[in-house]
Amino acid sequence: MPEDQPKPTPLLDELETGPWPSFVTEIKRAAENNPASADLLGLLERSYQDRKGHWKHGGIVGVRGYGSGVIGRYNDIPDEFPNVAQFHTLRVNHPSGWFYTSDALRTLADIWERHGSGLTNLHGATGDIILLGARTDQLEATFQDLTAAGFDLGGSGSAMRTPSCCVGQARCEWACFDTMKFCNNLTQAYQDEMHRPPFPYKFKVKASGCPNDCVAAIARADLSIIGIWKDDIRQDDAAVAEYAAAGLDIARDVCARCPGQCMEWTGAHLTIDNRDCKRCMHCINVMPKALRPGVERGAAILIGAKAPIVQGALLSSVLVPFVPEAEIEATVRELLARIWEFWDEYGKNRERIGELIQRVGMAAFLDGIGLEPRPEMVAFPRDNPFVFFQKEDTK
Amino acid sequence: MPKYEHDGRIYEVDEDGFLQEPDLWNETVARDFAASEDVPEMTDAHWVVVNYLRNYYLQFGIAPMVRKVVKETGFKLTQIYELFPSGPAKGACKVAGLPKPTGCV
Ligand code: HEM
Ligand code: HEM
Ligand code: SF4
Ligand code: SF4
Repeated sequence: MPEDQPKPTPLLDELETGPWPSFVTEIKRAAENNPASADLLGLLERSYQDRKGHWKHGGIVGVRGYGSGVIGRYNDIPDEFPNVAQFHTLRVNHPSGWFYTSDALRTLADIWERHGSGLTNLHGATGDIILLGARTDQLEATFQDLTAAGFDLGGSGSAMRTPSCCVGQARCEWACFDTMKFCNNLTQAYQDEMHRPPFPYKFKVKASGCPNDCVAAIARADLSIIGIWKDDIRQDDAAVAEYAAAGLDIARDVCARCPGQCMEWTGAHLTIDNRDCKRCMHCINVMPKALRPGVERGAAILIGAKAPIVQGALLSSVLVPFVPEAEIEATVRELLARIWEFWDEYGKNRERIGELIQRVGMAAFLDGIGLEPRPEMVAFPRDNPFVFFQKEDTK
Repeated sequence: MPKYEHDGRIYEVDEDGFLQEPDLWNETVARDFAASEDVPEMTDAHWVVVNYLRNYYLQFGIAPMVRKVVKETGFKLTQIYELFPSGPAKGACKVAGLPKPTGCV
């Protein structure tokens, strides 16, 4: 077989037969002018044959002055697949809300075709731009070109990970605070913590402008900042009537699905008992022209979510039920300082903050960072004896 | 097995350039590997970090967590990056002849 003919990949080809776009098709296209992409397919085909991954675990590579941003990858049969013998990943800090000019994207793609495999993943689970497949000797040059174009690497390893946020006020009327500004300010403030890993393990901060939580902060971020309003849902009765006239079954599709069970539709009038509203966004999402978040806006701060890696998955717990919009950033920075200090002192190697809180208990954690327990921290405050007394109180 | 050569001395290393046999380590080895990590000269400050890592490794068999390195050597993390531009894990541990720290991603 001539050198430039791609090797057959019958098992991978199966993945192209379904109705959806296939990464196999994409990588085959990339393989037309890039030998690393061809070997990447070959190596994956081999993994399917052998029923075994051929990537080795972990490698330590990087660029000068940074301890994170590059993830080392080697395969365990480099003689057979020399073009992916080194196939390192660069994480590049994405812009807040993932807004680019097409020029910026072209610049990135050009840099990456010069130095790497040309394959990208926009965006990785952390939010970063992922550049897949660099040789060790290309890392420094890639980094130089990226910084010259105004980009920087993101976080990896036991570092503050690149903060991310929903598009917020740039596109979305529900945003209760400026998530993009918050995200950018936080990124600038914690450059050291992102580039030079100081922690027991990774730490992710994500911000959503409202409880729809488009960046899924509540399920994946160590610290989630989720926009919320304190006063009443704003209601336009004429618009409610229009929805009803247009055939929306308000009793069934709105009121019956309200988790606060606090909405009533008489057939002519909608009432919301806002004291029992859980700020879930359901009614607002169904009737966006009639209902809007209130005007007293801010955010809830939550702690401790993570995906199942070392231990199982965790959802966040409420740390601060409401911070007014103007105080969000200062409050988060103060909290981060205290949380990191506690984690530094008591965290074990590779223990996420949520796991540490599970181990020592929420009461001890709150005490350690100097916060009073509050009913909003508990999912069902009336039937969950979450925090009762400290030992000293019972003497 | 990849090799690393400095001043005519040849070492077996892993693909990231870490010394394969930590027992072979001595101060000459440290100086040789410093050259591979952008450390032109091993000053007293470099030795404080390297000796701390080395002793911790001999006692516990692993590399210490970063916050311990900072606490025990008295250097701020940014100072450690000034001494070892490739950082405490890739740079300082390599010079101290520790096996590659694992699983930090
Ligand atoms: C006039 C009589 C009583 C009144 C007014 C009363 C009232 C209450 C109230 C207001 C609560 C808290 C409910 C909540 O957290 O929402 C409570 C909890 C409780 N009561 Fe009573 N109670 C009475 C008698 C009793 C008796 C006779 C018993 C047991 C023999 C009892 C056992 C409990 C228990 C086990 C709890 C739950 C405590 C927990 O959440 O861990 N109560 N009661
Ligand atoms: C082996 C014996 C018992 C066990 C294992 C037990 C267990 C429980 C549990 C798990 C709860 C729910 C707590 C929560 O939601 O966080 C509860 C609630 C309650 N128990 Fe018991 N219980 C026992 C005996 C009793 C007895 C003998 C009484 C009364 C004479 C009683 C009265 C109550 C009351 C009133 C509540 C409701 C409290 C509330 O609404 O907050 N329990 N019990
Ligand atoms: S999280 Fe809320 S504010 Fe942000 S984009 Fe989604 S709906 Fe809009
Ligand atoms: S936001 Fe959710 S809980 Fe609040 S009134 Fe609407 S549906 Fe009910």
